[in-house]
Amino acid sequence: MAGGRNGLVGGALVAVVVGMVGLSFASVPLYRLFCAATGYGGTPQIGPEASPGVATALITVRFDANTAPNLPWNFAPAQPETRLHLGEEQVAFYTAKNEAATPVTGVAVYNVTPDKVGKYFHKTACFCFNEQTLAPGQDMQFPLSFWVDPAIATDPETAGVHTITLSYTFLRSLDDAAKSGALAKAGPHVGPLLR
Amino acid sequence: MSSYSDAAHDAHGHDHHDHKPGFFVRWFCSTNHKDIGTLYLIFAAIGGLTGGVLSIIMRAQLAAPGSHIVSSGQAWNALVTSHGLLMIFFSVMPALIGGFGNWFVPIMIGAPDMAFPRLNNISFWLLVPAYALIMAGQFVGDGAGPGWTLYPPLSNATYQSGPAMDFVLFALHLAGISSLLGAINFITTIFNMRAPGMTLHKMPLFVWSMLVTAFLLLLAVPVLAGAITMLITDRNFGTAFFEVSGGGDPVLFQHLFWFFGHPEVYIMILPGFGIVSHIISTFSRKPIFGYLGMAYAMVAIGVVGFVVWAHHMFISGMTVDTRAYFMAATMVIAVPTGIKIFSWIATMWGGSIRMEVPMLWAIGFIFLFTVGGVTGVVLSNAGLDETLHNSYYVVAHFHYVLSLGAVFSIFAGFYYWIGKMNGHQYPETLARWHFWMTFIGVNLTFFPMHFLGLAGMPRRYVDYPDAFAGWNQVASYGAYLGGAAFLLFFYICFKTFTSKQHLADNYWGEGATTLEWTLSSPPSFHTFEELPRIR
Repeated sequence: MAGGRNGLVGGALVAVVVGMVGLSFASVPLYRLFCAATGYGGTPQIGPEASPGVATALITVRFDANTAPNLPWNFAPAQPETRLHLGEEQVAFYTAKNEAATPVTGVAVYNVTPDKVGKYFHKTACFCFNEQTLAPGQDMQFPLSFWVDPAIATDPETAGVHTITLSYTFLRSLDDAAKSGALAKAGPHVGPLLR
Repeated sequence: MSSYSDAAHDAHGHDHHDHKPGFFVRWFCSTNHKDIGTLYLIFAAIGGLTGGVLSIIMRAQLAAPGSHIVSSGQAWNALVTSHGLLMIFFSVMPALIGGFGNWFVPIMIGAPDMAFPRLNNISFWLLVPAYALIMAGQFVGDGAGPGWTLYPPLSNATYQSGPAMDFVLFALHLAGISSLLGAINFITTIFNMRAPGMTLHKMPLFVWSMLVTAFLLLLAVPVLAGAITMLITDRNFGTAFFEVSGGGDPVLFQHLFWFFGHPEVYIMILPGFGIVSHIISTFSRKPIFGYLGMAYAMVAIGVVGFVVWAHHMFISGMTVDTRAYFMAATMVIAVPTGIKIFSWIATMWGGSIRMEVPMLWAIGFIFLFTVGGVTGVVLSNAGLDETLHNSYYVVAHFHYVLSLGAVFSIFAGFYYWIGKMNGHQYPETLARWHFWMTFIGVNLTFFPMHFLGLAGMPRRYVDYPDAFAGWNQVASYGAYLGGAAFLLFFYICFKTFTSKQHLADNYWGEGATTLEWTLSSPPSFHTFEELPRIR
C-alpha cells in the first residue's frame, strides 16, 4: 500500500516539510538582509562615504546610550545632541570606561528612532561595526561619522521628522561572556543559578 | 449527496469477517484508523481534563485579588503555559484531527483505511511522551513559564534557567512531528484513496476541512520546529539566533512563531467548521447551502491565514505601512468566514429543524464563534490594538473562537457520532444539561473578560488591583460551572458506554447522507473491503 502512488505523494509532502524547515533557517540571514536593505525597524544604512549633496535644511540628531547589566562599563554620549545640514557628514563621540579589573570585550547594537528614517540615516564609520576591548580601567573615546540623506525632507512619510534619535546598547560579547564565566552562571543546566 | 452500492458489508458473511487482534496488539500496535481515532479521542479527553484542572486553579487564584493559591509569578506563568499548550496540542488538535479525522475521513471517502496505517500509529504514540514532557515542564523546578508563545528573551537561558523549558521545547518537537506525519497521511489518503466516483467536488465538507487543515499543518509546523530548534541551541549550545549580544534578533522569533501560530489557530477551527456543516445539514434535513462556496471559503481562509501573521505583533515596532497591510489582510479573512456563517444560516433557513443535542452544540458554535469573530475584527485594527494588546480583551477573543468555538464543535461532533462510533445512545437529558451548563458557564467566564480588558486589565499576571475584582469573581464562578459541566461529560461517557440501547445504521434518519451512515453502528473492524461506488 505504501509504495507506488501513495509513496510518491507521501515523499513529495516530506520534501515540502524539509523545504519549510530549510526556509525557517534561511529566514535568519534573509531577515537581516531585509532590515539592512529597507531600513526596517530603524536599521541605519552603512555607507556610502559621500552624500548626494548638501541641503540648507537642518535636522537634529540626539544621542542615546544604554549598557547591558553584565557589561561593567560606563558608557555615555560625549554630546547630548547635534544639529547638522541634510547631506552634511558629521563626526560625534561616545565615551566608555571599563570599571572592571579585567579586560572586557563589548559589542554595540544600534538603531534610529523614528523607525521609518532608517533608510535615510547613513553611517560611514562607527565603533559599533566591530567588537571593542577595553583594558582594566581604560577610558576610551569612540568616534562615529554619519550623514542624513536630503531625500528625508521630500519623502512625504518622513518630511515631518525634525529630530532623529540615534541609540546604542553596549552588550558584553558572547565570547567574552563565556570566557569570564558569565555564561556559565546563566542557569542550573549549565552552571549555578544567577539570582 | 451520493448513493452507493450496498456490497460493502453484506458480501462478507464468512467467519473472520470482523476479526480483531488481541487487546495489546489492537490498542498498542494499532494500525486501524478507527482504533487510532478512538485512542486520540481518549487522549484528547485526558489532555482536556489536565488543561481544564489548570484553568480551574487559575480562576480560583483570580477569583479575588490578593489570593495565594499560586505561589509566585513564575508559577503562574508556568500554569498559563501548560494550560495553553495542553489545550492546543493535547486536546483540541488530537480530538478534531487525530480523533474525528482518523475515524471519519477514510469512511467518508469510502477508503478501507488511511494511506500509511503504521505511520498513523507512530503519530499517536509520539503524543504520549510529548504529553509527559509538557507535564515535566510544569512540575520540574520552577516550571517553564514563557507562555505558549515562547518569546525570547523570556524563554532564554537567563529567564527560564531550568531544564523545564527544554522539556517543553522538546515536547513541541514531538507533537510537531506527530502532527506532520498525520498531515502527510491525511493528504495522501484524500488524494489517492477516494472511492470510485468520489471526486474532490463531491467530498463531504468535513473531508475538505481536514484536507485544508493538513496543508496548513504541513506548511506551518516545520517553521515552529525550526524556530524552537534555534531556541534550543541558543539556550544550550551558545548560538545567538535570538541573542542580541551575539547579533541575533528576538523579533525574528516572533515573526517565525506567528508564521506558524496564525495558521495554527485555523488548524484548530477548520475541522470544527467541517463538523458543524454536517450537523447543520443533517438536522435541517437539507443539503448544505452553497457547498462549493463552503469548501473554497475554507481554502481561502487557509491561504490568507499565511499572510496575516504580524497582526499579533502590532506593537513590536512595525512601520505604519506594514501595520496597514497586516490590518487590511486580516480583515479580508472576515469575508470567507462570513460566507461560512451565512451559509450555515441559509442551510437552516426553511429547513425542517430538529433541536437534537448535536444541533444545540452546533448552533452554540455558530453564535459563540461569531462573537469571537467580531472581537477579532475589532482587534485587527492596528490602532485599537495599541491599547487592547495583551489585555483580557484578547483573552476573551481567542477563548470565544477556541475554547468556545472549537470545543463546542468537538462536543457537537461527539454527540453526533458517538452512537456511530460505539453503537450506543447517549443519555438525552444529561446531554442537554451538559450543553446548557457549558454554554452558561463559558459565557459567564469569558464575556466579562471583554470588560476587564477594555478597563485595562493586562493578561499573564497572578494578581490584579481591587478595581477588577467584580468581573473576575463572575468569571471564576462561570469557570466552576463550566468545570462541573466537563465532569458531567465524563459521567455521560460512562452512561453511554454502559447503555444497553443499540442504534440503527442511520439513527439520525433523513438528512444524514454521508457514507458513515451506510455502515453499521458501530462499523465493523474493517470497512469497505469492497469499495462503494459514488454516483
